[in-house]
Amino acid sequence: MEIDYEKIGLKVGLEIHQQLDTSTKLFCNCEPKLFKEEPEITFLRRLRPTQSELGQIDPAAYFEFQKGLRILYEAERATSCLVEMDEEPPHPLNRQAVEITLTAALLMNAEPVDEIHVMRKAVIDGSNTTGFQRTCVIALHGEVKVGQKTVPILHVSLEEDAARKTGEEEGNIIHYRIDRLGIPLIEVATAPVIKSPTEAKEVALAIGGVLRATGKAKRGLGTIRQDLNISITDGGLVEIKGVQELELLPLVVKYEVQRQLGLVKISEELRARGMGEDIIEKEFFNVTDVFKQTKCRVLCKALEKNQQILALKLPKFRDIIKQELMPGFRLGTEMADRARFWGRVGGIFHTDELPAYGITADEVEKLGEAVEAEDQDAVVFVADNSENAEDALEAVVERAREAIKGVPDETRAPKPDGTTRYMRPRPGAARMYPETDIPPIQITEDDVERISSKLPELPKQKLERLMKEYKLNKKLAGQVLDSKYSLLFETIVKESKVSSTTVAAFLTETLKALKRDRVEIDKISEYQFRKVFGKIGAGELVKEALPDIIDWLSKNENKGVQEAIENLGLKIMSEIELRALIGKVIEENRKLIQEHHEDSFGILMSIVMNKLRGRVNAALVSKILKEKLKVAE
Amino acid sequence: MNEKERLSGYKGEALAAIRKAEVEIGDLIRITRNSEIHEGILIPRSEYGDKKHVIIKLKSGYNIGIRITPNTKIERTGKGTKPTFTQPPSLKQNPKLPKIAIISTGGTIASRVDYRTGAVRPALTASDLYSVVPELTKIAQLDAQILFSLLSENITPKHWTEMAKAVSNHILKGVDGVVIAHGTDTMGYTAAALTFSLQSLPVPVILVGSQRSADRPSSDAATNLIGAVVAAAKVPFAEVSVAMHESTSDSSIILHRGAKVRKCHTSRRDAFKSVNASSLARVQEQRIIMLTEKYRKRDLTRKLDLKPEFNEKVALVKFYPGMNPAIVDWYVKKEYRGIILEGTGLGHVGSFFYEAIRNAVEHNVVVGMTSQCIWGRVGMNVYGQGRDLLALGVIALEDMLPETATVKLMWIFGQTRDVEEAKTLLKTNVAGEISSRTLAEK
Repeated sequence: MEIDYEKIGLKVGLEIHQQLDTSTKLFCNCEPKLFKEEPEITFLRRLRPTQSELGQIDPAAYFEFQKGLRILYEAERATSCLVEMDEEPPHPLNRQAVEITLTAALLMNAEPVDEIHVMRKAVIDGSNTTGFQRTCVIALHGEVKVGQKTVPILHVSLEEDAARKTGEEEGNIIHYRIDRLGIPLIEVATAPVIKSPTEAKEVALAIGGVLRATGKAKRGLGTIRQDLNISITDGGLVEIKGVQELELLPLVVKYEVQRQLGLVKISEELRARGMGEDIIEKEFFNVTDVFKQTKCRVLCKALEKNQQILALKLPKFRDIIKQELMPGFRLGTEMADRARFWGRVGGIFHTDELPAYGITADEVEKLGEAVEAEDQDAVVFVADNSENAEDALEAVVERAREAIKGVPDETRAPKPDGTTRYMRPRPGAARMYPETDIPPIQITEDDVERISSKLPELPKQKLERLMKEYKLNKKLAGQVLDSKYSLLFETIVKESKVSSTTVAAFLTETLKALKRDRVEIDKISEYQFRKVFGKIGAGELVKEALPDIIDWLSKNENKGVQEAIENLGLKIMSEIELRALIGKVIEENRKLIQEHHEDSFGILMSIVMNKLRGRVNAALVSKILKEKLKVAE
Repeated sequence: MNEKERLSGYKGEALAAIRKAEVEIGDLIRITRNSEIHEGILIPRSEYGDKKHVIIKLKSGYNIGIRITPNTKIERTGKGTKPTFTQPPSLKQNPKLPKIAIISTGGTIASRVDYRTGAVRPALTASDLYSVVPELTKIAQLDAQILFSLLSENITPKHWTEMAKAVSNHILKGVDGVVIAHGTDTMGYTAAALTFSLQSLPVPVILVGSQRSADRPSSDAATNLIGAVVAAAKVPFAEVSVAMHESTSDSSIILHRGAKVRKCHTSRRDAFKSVNASSLARVQEQRIIMLTEKYRKRDLTRKLDLKPEFNEKVALVKFYPGMNPAIVDWYVKKEYRGIILEGTGLGHVGSFFYEAIRNAVEHNVVVGMTSQCIWGRVGMNVYGQGRDLLALGVIALEDMLPETATVKLMWIFGQTRDVEEAKTLLKTNVAGEISSRTLAEK
């Protein structure tokens, strides 16, 4: 079924988070890099929700705290210092990051603030060792052009990236690695003016292009993350946090709309059945006895551990829980997500999906009797220790009551297939207070003027210039533009006099192919690229030698281009040597030439090239071979 | 400038603009400059901020500063609302739990944040403490007292006297333990001072502070406070000690002996270390793990011996290469009673210092030697330089911390005017400040 997004009143706002490629982190002098090895340092912390003056604390955060949640932080000395460990006050705001953000802001016609004030935004899920994220607005009221449409930018901010979760939660301990903590992030927030799934991607692409135009956007998976807030007229305001792949955006929006429409329908259906929120009672039945002889493996395991099976009656919910909202996702999934979050249980069972999983029709009937369920009712049950089981069922009651109301406002996390799962309730108004450890920074008119005067080109302008100035076709120009070597491209072409198409094709297609073959391109410095092309331009090396040289350099990190050439034996062959070699090849293949006449050229060419790939210029081989063949005939 | 304006922190052009617009902190305002319009709540300016910018909190929660120029216009669009803080219901004290007095001297061991203005409000009463750190209700009955609100670097020996007296009052009332909340910078000095002035303690006196302010979710304040209250309620010893994080983790609180503790890091949670001594005990999961067998046992029938007087005419002098000995002459001229030297290595100063020291000793100034190495014991018989100093009348102070020695000599001259008695006392282990054995670090 095609959805008329206009008609259902879809409104999407985007928040793009892009890591910046600065030399140090935002509030300390650590290298903004991740590590893969085992951590050198670990430490255990708790985060206590601070009460605001109004006595409010984030309910989800407080719940986690009460449950005794502990965070095990992992660190390594090369990428973290005491600042990330929250053991030393932050250093002043990284100026380079401010300048990059200002550049991006001015490219989007935003108005820089006169004085930057760093704020603390309370986040106590463990992703920040301090319990807050440091963030500041750099500019307000910008815009980006997407096709014919002007999308308003609410603000351009600069913030510290959070620690990253590693591994699963075990026994109330979650693991976070603090290498990522403190990497500068630009945040660009649009007004909720996006009206369709595809438009979400187009806007994200446009903003991503502007950010990359600064030349200082980090690249690779996880360096750009999109948050979406999505609402439809009769639905709720749902925030989806941390979509990493651009391609996924339209799907995420589409599924979320489907989910909200499905929930609206469920709400209507329940009300038609005469349901009110107060009809669902928080009454839990111990039905452990019903399953004493069960063949269901999950339940057996729980019973072995002496856990209980608690059940809850959901009046008039029969056949509602199994209604599909997104692919493979039902109201039951939503209830299970909540039960997992609040009750820390593995999952829930509900009668809409039974008998199954080894649970018999007889057991389902007895279960119904035990909770006095009637025909139209559904029963949800869960096996765990009594505290977890009760918390889980309470969460199910809460979710069932919300189902009667419609779509709950909440924060969700994306899954790789574009569907989403419950993450936590939507936080109230942003709880921010000043970061008093960092003095405010003034942005003067001179600063703005200086940066405005040397703004990089916007993607569209640059594309046109690349095509015109370097005679690249649109595809190749686009590839250069999107690549992180777009600046290097121009430098190389200007320095080396190698043909622009050769340089462009190498920096985009060849490197991509090498990367696919697991050559670690990132280990090659820009200087090395320039040097290699310099040699090609000077006729000391042929372009065919490029892949081998790059491969060798990536494996011999501290070695230079000259050493690569020598080690690989790629030193260009002199014309005299080449003539001799070709003469020898002709001599060896006399018979072949006599049989094939003109057609033998191709065969001989490939024989010579195979022997000498990377050491000779193909055009020269062809010329000499043709001459010699003429003589030989 | 009236009081309200002073509190706003605004000066110069910014203050003039606010005055002209007749707006106050907390008001909703609109600032227009050329085509730019900003709306938000007027926020106070830090006292170190410049005179040109006005700060507002945007609807998004962010603060920004806006420069005041001749064509900037401010207007009020809404009246500010006072934060309506509803006092949490006072929690019932459980009469079965130990009675613990909490004396606050400054810093904020517990506080809440006003997200509207960014102000941090300390929790000061017992019920405030309970509501911010609810775990305390299950550990003790609290009696909270605010003695001072001082940054710890503003604390002087006069405050030590007041603190000792306050502790004594609570002990006379029959508490099971006393907790003193203290800024960390000089907490080590206060701990030493109380160790000397509160002798023959019947119950423990625990000093506690925090290295991360209490308004942060990651603050060590609550964990340290809980640890201190648990210690005051449960430890088997009756001594003055400091309760702080044992490591960078929140897993355990360590109790250091009052005369043997020093702040050894500017910012880490585990900044306090026991020097030349084992720590007393560890608090983990609200249980006490003793780390030494030598301690004075808790005994409610024991009578406290309060000796709260200090004499401030004692100086701590750190020696460095090329130091001008005239500083010692100055102290003598100013009628100082004692000088604690923080010498190099085993307890040395350059021979160019001898004359000044001889002069001080001749003027009846007590001169004691400690080491700037912090760890270890002075050994003044090893080198000629040390023996010379001993011959001049310098007293070797064993493994006493320089800070503790200074506090001790202040306390001694609070008790006696007799120089010979003072010298004897300085050399005697009065309250665990000198240990006879130096053990290998664990």
